Amino acid sequence: MLSAINYSSMISFLLDGTVKAVELFFLTIVLSLPLGLLVARLRMIKFKAVQLPVKFYLLIMRGTPLILQLMFFMYFPPLVLGFGVDRFMVAVFSFTINYAAYFAEIFRGGIESIPVGQQEAAYVLGLSQFQTFIRITVPQVVKRIIPTVAGESMTLVKDTALASIIGVTELFRNAGSLKATYSSVIPFAVAGLFYLIMNSVVAAFYSRVEKKLNYYKG
Amino acid sequence: MPTDEILSVSHVSKSFDKLDVLKDMSLSVSSGEVVSVIGPSGSGKSTLLRVVNQLERAESGDIRVCGQVLCHNDDKGRAVYSDKDALKAIRLSIGLVFQSFHLFPHYSILKNITEAPVQVLKTSREEAENTARELLKKLGLSDKESAFPYQLSGGQQQRVAIARALAMNPQMIFFDEPTSALDPELTGEVLKVIRSLAADHMTMVIVTHEMAFAAELSDRIIFMDQGVIIEEGTPQAVFSSDHERTRQFLQNYSK
Repeated sequence: MLSAINYSSMISFLLDGTVKAVELFFLTIVLSLPLGLLVARLRMIKFKAVQLPVKFYLLIMRGTPLILQLMFFMYFPPLVLGFGVDRFMVAVFSFTINYAAYFAEIFRGGIESIPVGQQEAAYVLGLSQFQTFIRITVPQVVKRIIPTVAGESMTLVKDTALASIIGVTELFRNAGSLKATYSSVIPFAVAGLFYLIMNSVVAAFYSRVEKKLNYYKG
Repeated sequence: MPTDEILSVSHVSKSFDKLDVLKDMSLSVSSGEVVSVIGPSGSGKSTLLRVVNQLERAESGDIRVCGQVLCHNDDKGRAVYSDKDALKAIRLSIGLVFQSFHLFPHYSILKNITEAPVQVLKTSREEAENTARELLKKLGLSDKESAFPYQLSGGQQQRVAIARALAMNPQMIFFDEPTSALDPELTGEVLKVIRSLAADHMTMVIVTHEMAFAAELSDRIIFMDQGVIIEEGTPQAVFSSDHERTRQFLQNYSK
């Protein structure tokens, strides 16, 4: 049965989905960036007992589809551990540990690109390992990885659509519901526009950060 | 000349993989002395500086810096290092200037100099900045305090690196080929700074290829090759030496 498209309720429903997507995006970024830095630091510790689990985690996270990881964390706990889980929480958890793996390798690459001479200079001046890492290394790493992190963030905005597979009512899923209601693909076109707007904001933000960090070269 | 011994390196050995870089090396430096270390690449000169500054660990030997034990031999002839606090105290009493300066690119010149005093010595920012400004004035770089390393020439950066080391008030400073990475026109300004430090009786060990400078400034010259000291003496003695290996090396620098 066809219904005429009620644009205002369509837009409002799509905006609800957008808000969900934005929430998922922010929570993931805020949690996965520090987690990624921690994992990067662990990855660089010279003990096999630490390196092997970390490398295994990185391999699984980056080597299997995120969409499957979402399904795993949605259906695994009830089957094996006997309790149900909130969809949105599962999505945040799964996205966080997935993106943390990517950020970990991005951080590690950045950290290793800082000339070791600076760390030696800091060491002979008496700065501790911790002080050197936080005050000398990390600020420079942040500047170097901004373009890559911007790219990953824009991928994350798009990846929020994958949460639809476990029933999270984000933008893509809502667009799909509207398609079913109206038998029209217009909702998807509008959803596409909303993704584009979100990512334009993200891109503009990182561009601004990059400009601010350009007060020095090297 | 002051006779208190400020650095004592005794029978130190260090190897990388299977390569012996320092072989049973011994060296003593007295307070106020300027010692230049010369020699071909791979002779172990830089490694010696790095071991004393704790960037590498000696395998065996006794090293005492400013009266404190850095490491000593156990009964099996292996170097045993002092505890973390003792090691840190030693690091704070000496400074090292690198061939490639290694300034912190994300800090202004002023902050490069004040960072260690503020973070390590817990000096107030105000006091550290005053000291830094005095040092910059002495070095003729006052107008660069808000600049960033990338805006300075190599010679200027190296002078800032020296100021950064001086800000920690060390009892002696080591220089690892301080002018080797500089264009010839820029070496003069760095050598001038080192000369003025010598005039202020700063104890220094300088690894260098600038023979004329070494001859002019040093109380003692040490010629190293393949991990051992071939010759040691006053500039006059070393530069007019009869020793085969020394003459061979110096020939490349005769002008």
